[in-house]
Amino acid sequence: MLDIGEIQTIEHDVVVIGAGGAGLRAAIECSREGLDTGLLSKSLLGKAHTVMAEGGMAAALGNVDARDNWKFHFRDTMRGGKFLNVWRMAELHAKEAPERVRELEEWGAVFDRTRDGLINQRNFGGHRYPRLAHVGDRTGLELIRTLQDHGVHQGIAAHTECTALSLLKDGERMAGVAAYWRETGRLVLLRAKAVILATGGAGRAWGVTSNSWEYTGDGLAMAYDAGAELMDMEFTQFHPTGMVWPLSVRGILVTEGVRGDGGVLLNNEGERFMFGYIPERFASETADSVEEASRWLDGEEGARRPPELLTRDVVARAIMAEVKAGRGSEHGGALLDIASRRPPDFIKRKLPSMYHQFKELAEVDITKKPMEVGPTLHYFMGGIRVDADRQETRVPGLFACGECAAGLHGANRLGGNSLSDLIVFGRRAGLGAAEYVRGLAATPRLDEDAAREVFRRATGILNRQSGANPYELHEKLQSVMDRDVGIVRIKDDLVRGVEQIERLSAEAATVKAHGASQYNPGWHEALSIRSLLLASEAVARSALVREESRGAHTRLDFEGEHDEWSRYNVVCRKVADGRMQVEKVERPEPPAALQQIAHASIEDIETGRIGATAPGRGDG
Amino acid sequence: MAERPFRIWRGDEGGGAFESFRVEIDPGMVVLDALHRIQARDANDLAIRWNCKAGKCGSCSMEINGRPRLACMTRMNSFADGETIVVQPLKAFPLIKDLVTDVSWNYEQNKRIPPFSPRPRDADGQHRMYQQDADRVQEFRKCIECFLCQDVCHVLRDRAGKSAFVGPRFMIRLASLEMHPLDDEDRVPEILHEFGSGMCNITRCCTEVCPESIDITDNGIIPLKERVVDRFYDPVVKLWRRLSGASVRTEPRPLAKLSRGDGP
Repeated sequence: MLDIGEIQTIEHDVVVIGAGGAGLRAAIECSREGLDTGLLSKSLLGKAHTVMAEGGMAAALGNVDARDNWKFHFRDTMRGGKFLNVWRMAELHAKEAPERVRELEEWGAVFDRTRDGLINQRNFGGHRYPRLAHVGDRTGLELIRTLQDHGVHQGIAAHTECTALSLLKDGERMAGVAAYWRETGRLVLLRAKAVILATGGAGRAWGVTSNSWEYTGDGLAMAYDAGAELMDMEFTQFHPTGMVWPLSVRGILVTEGVRGDGGVLLNNEGERFMFGYIPERFASETADSVEEASRWLDGEEGARRPPELLTRDVVARAIMAEVKAGRGSEHGGALLDIASRRPPDFIKRKLPSMYHQFKELAEVDITKKPMEVGPTLHYFMGGIRVDADRQETRVPGLFACGECAAGLHGANRLGGNSLSDLIVFGRRAGLGAAEYVRGLAATPRLDEDAAREVFRRATGILNRQSGANPYELHEKLQSVMDRDVGIVRIKDDLVRGVEQIERLSAEAATVKAHGASQYNPGWHEALSIRSLLLASEAVARSALVREESRGAHTRLDFEGEHDEWSRYNVVCRKVADGRMQVEKVERPEPPAALQQIAHASIEDIETGRIGATAPGRGDG
Repeated sequence: MAERPFRIWRGDEGGGAFESFRVEIDPGMVVLDALHRIQARDANDLAIRWNCKAGKCGSCSMEINGRPRLACMTRMNSFADGETIVVQPLKAFPLIKDLVTDVSWNYEQNKRIPPFSPRPRDADGQHRMYQQDADRVQEFRKCIECFLCQDVCHVLRDRAGKSAFVGPRFMIRLASLEMHPLDDEDRVPEILHEFGSGMCNITRCCTEVCPESIDITDNGIIPLKERVVDRFYDPVVKLWRRLSGASVRTEPRPLAKLSRGDGP
């Protein structure tokens, strides 16, 4: 029998799980609010998946085009999300992003500059104006390093290479986290009054993904087990441009910045095929000829945006359709060409990582030759259901922010809205947790029996005599998700997918890791399988329930958006018998002022006919 | 491609040895792919630290055929046919297990560096700096903290060196702050007395291994050394200071104490 008294115990007011952009920003805010703050990270500090974000962070600073303001950013976000976003979150995000970006500069970030010395902004898919503050194509690194270097002076206790296993409660409220140190395998209990999850998505459930190993849905699974709800899980974004060759790098991201800076998509006949895939909703704002698209690139006012900059869902499906029609590139993708559009110096300066990445990994010089690209699982729009203003789940004391939280992006995320999401809602989660902790009458006492059970299950993987190989189990799950829960979906596949996931879940109950607990990747892999399976199940079941095609969710058997469905989110929760209940939940009516802005024409906002009286700043 | 032979260091601080493996290689594979294949099939508990597999996070630093490299950016076709690939952990840091070392010393150094301290914003609330000034520090800010430069640094390879010198990584961190167009802080006395700029004898090994091609020595360390020389050793400047009565700080301030997390 495990003696809880002998387990290492650490106490904090708040524990933040995840040290990417959202977690770091949340921890900084908690510390600033005077909370004793612990930050848990599976990796070393500064290595989280945020480092891979390339293109930039969207904020209506108006430095490059003075017409931009929060209303356009809000409108773009809602339209990109096919109006399934949580309206209030899209509003807060658009209003607060500029101040958060300026704050990063105050903390040492060095963004690329305009000629006037201000923060430069680049064009990106779905954004009406040049809006993405950026540093070449390594914006994520700049964000995480700035937060890290600022954060280490804020008195935050960083517990690195420490993995959370389960959330622990006192009755209904949060009371702590059960975790283990990867280095030694030693177990640890973190007692805390509040917990903020900032754990990202679960992209590693797919074989072709841009996500790093950390993306195993730990936070999604822990929140779900603790009684929180998962929302919009059917909306998994396939980024249109991942590397497709060589196989070993398949899925690695090719930034949308390539297209933002002039890159075009071609099929094997040399045709710019995106002109054939412009959806009705964006037709009036998209160039309809190569000639007009070129004029836009030259900066001509009045010229409309090239169709390569349509939202990610549209571009990803277009590439798939071209490949299916036999017009794909040699290894089954499309050709992304910037070499014939921009001089080598420009490419190396604006897209240095891409230049480096293709040169080193694919032996392709992108200043001379086009890149082969295809869709890759990139991002979870769905996640833990939270309150818009302070990011609290329905479990008292449990907060979530960043990719693991649902709501901001609706059915499809615009590029650049993720990094700004992290800093806007990371901060808000920190403020929310601080307010919650201040309102607590007594320190919660965590359920030690539950902790004992969590630890027993974790060590059981090492102790049992034989069982499934965790790596093989993971590979099996990836082929199920690639095949049955991919970019285009149909009922029979989804039903089969759910069955397969259930079968794998049964197998996972007997998974076996060899060796000792000290820095043992086999054990780490085995421990993450449960989270991956849970997240996968939620995606597949939610995809089955939503009988329409909207944003990133495409059903071959239910084509097009159905108005009826715009009124619902799909929510998953754990019910008493341990089953996953998946339910359509009616959306609240949005405020009239916001509706007006979201549906207004660009001219109406520009001339102030609409939205002129809406408040200009965030409440924060 | 055919099977390739690997020799991989297995063990922990108590000792260890090289183990041999053979692994099937597909076109385009990098060393990290090969290690993952070995891990999945033959050695489930082989310890490797990695994250992005795209050369962006700097986690999979190790020594491959004697050279500090990122395993994710070392292509299998860069080796001669039949060549055995020898993989071992970084030598400058204490071993945890197999290919994973304890690099926490680096994080402690970062904490000691006086943080960025911005000048006030312009009257309109904006910070202004120009791209040509930004370029200089952006080069340093490309650093992915892989610590390969620390691993090859002659000073840091010697255990005693770690108490005298912060190493190339943190020299360029200091350079990125000292040359930051918005930064108001002065760190020159600390660069000499606390961070040990004098310890570097400019062998350029660090620059050679940098996967981000940062010109660590010429653009980072040497300019910092020059700033130190100007402040402490330049006779003309010294005389000018005496005559003009201008005062600059030469004594280092006490730096933030090292505090360690609870740790494993």
